[in-house]
Amino acid sequence: MMPELSLNVLDIAENSVRAGATLTEIQVSVDTVADRLTITVSDNGCGMTEEQIEHVTDPFFTTRTTRKVGLGVPFFKMAAEITGGEFSIRSKPGEGTTTSAVFGLSNIDRMPLGDMAGTMSSLIGMNPDIDFIYSFERDGTGFKLDTREFREILGDDVSLSDPGVMTYIKSYIDENTEECGGTV
Amino acid sequence: MKSLAELAALREKAKAEVNLRNNGEDKIRVVVGMATCGIAAGARPVLAAFVEEADKRQLKNVMITQTGCIGICKLEPVVEVYVPGQEKVTYVKMTAEKAVKVVTDHLINGQVVSEYTIGTEQ
Repeated sequence: MMPELSLNVLDIAENSVRAGATLTEIQVSVDTVADRLTITVSDNGCGMTEEQIEHVTDPFFTTRTTRKVGLGVPFFKMAAEITGGEFSIRSKPGEGTTTSAVFGLSNIDRMPLGDMAGTMSSLIGMNPDIDFIYSFERDGTGFKLDTREFREILGDDVSLSDPGVMTYIKSYIDENTEECGGTV
Repeated sequence: MKSLAELAALREKAKAEVNLRNNGEDKIRVVVGMATCGIAAGARPVLAAFVEEADKRQLKNVMITQTGCIGICKLEPVVEVYVPGQEKVTYVKMTAEKAVKVVTDHLINGQVVSEYTIGTEQ
């Protein structure tokens, strides 16, 4: 079990990286009226066959050949389901994968969202050659970070893995999340 | 909204420093294990501490990267340090505080923090 949902997101998004995605989009949406938190990770990676999707929530299924346990997806699924929420994966070979988890926002068993800024900063900085979009929305107000836009500003002079850039990304998300009503 | 001008400023600063940069080969490599086991054990704040220190101290000769699970999950968070021309050093059960000490003692001053390494850890 992960102590905060942003760590699940980091782990799930690493699957997208390994699936060869060139663009991975992470959406966090908070709806206090419907009492729901929705987290979606979608990528344009290699995707999965129907058989793989069927098995992916089984802890004893993994695409790795080095060992036989894969806990990332089961952890994320469990974190959603214990809050009365739901979990789904849609995927097509060659097209990509979308993983979606819905949480009961005020449910006592819901883990805090946690440090999404830290998650995105590590994800982007450790995979500087591919693109990420992060969007956060809380009751209609939100913001978006798109590394393609950042890349344009930085040109060829600075990599997204530059420690200064990673620090900037972290504070960009923290400050903008605060402006949209804060985290959950 | 936080201004994107700060990002542009980072580019200008990097351009000015371009002659101080080098491309990889003689850099110190810090590799953080970021598989499910590493993440669950607290690898993200460890990675963040290395990045923050590298930024604060402007360490241009340090490259921070990630890897998957190297098979010693119960010793996570695991960090490997590769100093060119020297043997790899493996730090285990890392924390953000330990990372700061590894930066100052090992990366900057060349002294391995042996109490955090895989052989000495209890």
